[in-house]
Amino acid sequence: MLAYIIRRLWQMIPTMLGVVLLVFLLFNWVGGDPAYILAGKISNPEQIANIRRQLGLDEPVYIQLWIFINQILSFDFGSSWSTGEPVSQILSTRLGPSLTLLIPLTILETVIAIALALAVAYVRGSLTDRVVMIVCTVAMSISILVYIIVFQYGFAYKLGLFPVQGWGEGFAENLFHYAALPIIILLAVSIAPNLRLFRTFVLDEVGQDYVRTARAKGLSESRILWVHVLRNAAIPIITYVMSNLPALLIGAFLVERFFSIPGIGREIILAVERSDFPVIKAITVYVAFATMLFNLLTDLLYQAVDPRVKLK
Amino acid sequence: MSMATLSSQHSPGLWTLAWRRLRVDRVAMLSLAVVLLFLLTLVLSATELIAADWEVEVGVNYAPPSFVGAQSASERGMTEAPATTAETPPENPYDPLKDVIRQLRAEMANSAAPSVTNDYGIPDPLEKELTEIRSNQSTTSVSLEKQETLPLGADKWGHDIIKKTIKGAETSIIVGLVSALLATVLGTLFGALSGYFGGWIDDCFNWFYSIFTSIPYLLLILAVAAVLQQKGVTTIILILGLTGWTGVFRLIRAEYMKHKEREYVLAADAIGASHWRKMFVHIFPNVSHVALVQMSILVVGFIKSEVILSFLGFGVPVGVVSWGSMLNEAQNELILGKWWQLTAATVAMAVLVTAFSLFTDALRDALDPKLK
Repeated sequence: MLAYIIRRLWQMIPTMLGVVLLVFLLFNWVGGDPAYILAGKISNPEQIANIRRQLGLDEPVYIQLWIFINQILSFDFGSSWSTGEPVSQILSTRLGPSLTLLIPLTILETVIAIALALAVAYVRGSLTDRVVMIVCTVAMSISILVYIIVFQYGFAYKLGLFPVQGWGEGFAENLFHYAALPIIILLAVSIAPNLRLFRTFVLDEVGQDYVRTARAKGLSESRILWVHVLRNAAIPIITYVMSNLPALLIGAFLVERFFSIPGIGREIILAVERSDFPVIKAITVYVAFATMLFNLLTDLLYQAVDPRVKLK
Repeated sequence: MSMATLSSQHSPGLWTLAWRRLRVDRVAMLSLAVVLLFLLTLVLSATELIAADWEVEVGVNYAPPSFVGAQSASERGMTEAPATTAETPPENPYDPLKDVIRQLRAEMANSAAPSVTNDYGIPDPLEKELTEIRSNQSTTSVSLEKQETLPLGADKWGHDIIKKTIKGAETSIIVGLVSALLATVLGTLFGALSGYFGGWIDDCFNWFYSIFTSIPYLLLILAVAAVLQQKGVTTIILILGLTGWTGVFRLIRAEYMKHKEREYVLAADAIGASHWRKMFVHIFPNVSHVALVQMSILVVGFIKSEVILSFLGFGVPVGVVSWGSMLNEAQNELILGKWWQLTAATVAMAVLVTAFSLFTDALRDALDPKLK
C-alpha cells in the first residue's frame, strides 16, 4: 500500500513539471512583458520595475523558470498586481467560502442523484423512465447562466426568500442564509447530468448474473437495488464524484460571482478581468496538483469499496 | 471470385447502415431537421440574406412582444421626455408687469424659432454642413417610424429580438462548429500518431494529455483568456480548440492501437504503403465515426462554453452579438421586468442544444449498435 502511494507520487512528478512548464510558457512567454499589460493599470513605473525584477525578466529564461518553481514550492507568489494582497493570503481566505458551498453541494447532489437513479432504474423502460430522460436532456440544454439569473430573480429578488447576494462572518449564517440559494441552483443544474450518468451505471449492473442469483433466492427488488446493485454501481459513481471535485471548485465560479461569495472561483474571474497574473498562476498550479492528488485518493478509495481491485 | 460477383454481393458500408438505422429513428430525424434548420438560418445570416439589418433600431426602447401589447413610456422604465411646448399661463390682469411679460413672451417665441443659436456671436464657418447634418437627421428620424411592439420585442436600444437572436446564433454556432472541428483535428492527429507509432511518441503525447487533463477545463480556458489580451471570435475558437482535444485523443489513440495490428493494415504494409498512408488512408476511414461522434459532443460543449465566456466578457468583443452577450444584457433587463430577450436567447439555445444532443446520441447508437 505504502509502496503503491510512493510510486504513484513519483509518477506524478513529470506531469507536475509539465503543468508548471505550461503555466510558465503561457504567462511568461505568450503573456509577454507584464510592463505592457500593466501599463494602463499601474501608473507607477517603479512598481512595474519591481514586478519585472521579481519575475527575473532581465535574467535568462532558466532562471525565470527557477524563480517560478521556487514560488510554487515556498507557497509565495508575491502579492497581487492589483490589490497588493499577498497571493498566499488570497488563496487561504478564499478557500473557506468555496468549501462551505461545495461540500454540502457534493453530498446532497450525490445522494439525491443516486436515489433518483435507482428509482428510475427500478421503472426502466417505462414511460416514466423515458419522460425523465427527456426532461434531463432538456434541462441540460439550458445554460447554467439562465438557472442562476432566473432563480436569483425569482427566489431572492421577487419572493425575498433568500438574500440576493452577500456573505457574512459566521459559518452557520453563511451556510443556511447566504449559501442556501447558490446550493439549490447548483443542485438544479447538476442533478440532470448526474442522474443520466448514474442511471447508466446502475443499468450496467442490473443485467449482471449476481442480480439474477439474488432474484432467484427470492430477494425483494428494492433490496436487490439498494443493497446489491448499489454497492457495485457505487464504484464508478465514486470515481466520477471524486474526480470532479477539484473542477467543481472552479465550476462554482459563476454562482460565486452572481452572489458575491468571496470564493476561489470569483477570485479567478476577478484576476482574469484585472490581468492579475500571480493569482491566476497560483490557482492554476495548485488546483492542478489537487486534481492529481484527488485522482490518487480516488484510486485508493476504489480499493476500499471494491476488494477485487488490486493496486499495482 | 470475379468482379461481377463482387459487385453483386456488395455489402452496404458503415455509413449506409448507420443512415438506414437513423432514418427509422423518429427522434433522430426530428432533431436532425431542427439542427439543419438552425444551420440554414446560420448560412442565410452569414451571407447577410437575413438579419443583416439587426442593428437598425426599429422599435422603441424595450418594445414588448406583440402578444403582450404596447406599454407606455413610463412602463418601459423610460422617463417621460419633458413637454416641449409648455402652455402659456393665462395673463394676470392685475400684474403691473403684464406688458413687459407679454413683450418678453413674444420675443421668446420669436427667438425659439431658429433652434440653432451660435454661442459665440460670430458666423460659424461650418454652419452649412451643420444644417445639412441636422436636416439629414430629421429626415431619417421621420422615415424610421419606431414600432411600439415587435413580434418578440426589442432590447434596450430597440433592436428587433428575432434578428438579434439569429445574429447571436450565427456567432455562437460558428464558434461551436469551428472550435469543435479544430479540437477534433488536433485530437485525431495526436491520437493517430500516438496510437500508431507507440513508443516514445506515445509517451510524449500521453504526457501532454496528463498535463491538459490535470488542469480543470474551465480554469485552463480562463487562464488562456487572461493571457491572450485581444478579444475576438478567432481568439475564442483558438482557446476552445487548443484546450478541448483531450477526449478525442484518448478514444482515437485506443482505436489506432487496436487497428494497427489488423490484417488489412499488415496487407497495406506488405504492398509498401507509407506510414502516413496507412494512418490516414487505410485506418482513418475505419475510426472516423468515433471522431464524428466526439466532434458533435464537443459542438454542444463549446456552444455552452462560448456563452459563458461571452457572458463574463472574455468572449466576443463589444459590438458582436452572441447568445452569451444577449444573456449578459438580459440579466439587468429582468430586474426591470423585460423578460423577452432572456427568453429568446434561452429558448433558441435550449432547442438547438437539445436537438444536437439527441441527434448525437442517435448517431452514436446508429454507428455502433453494439454499444447500446
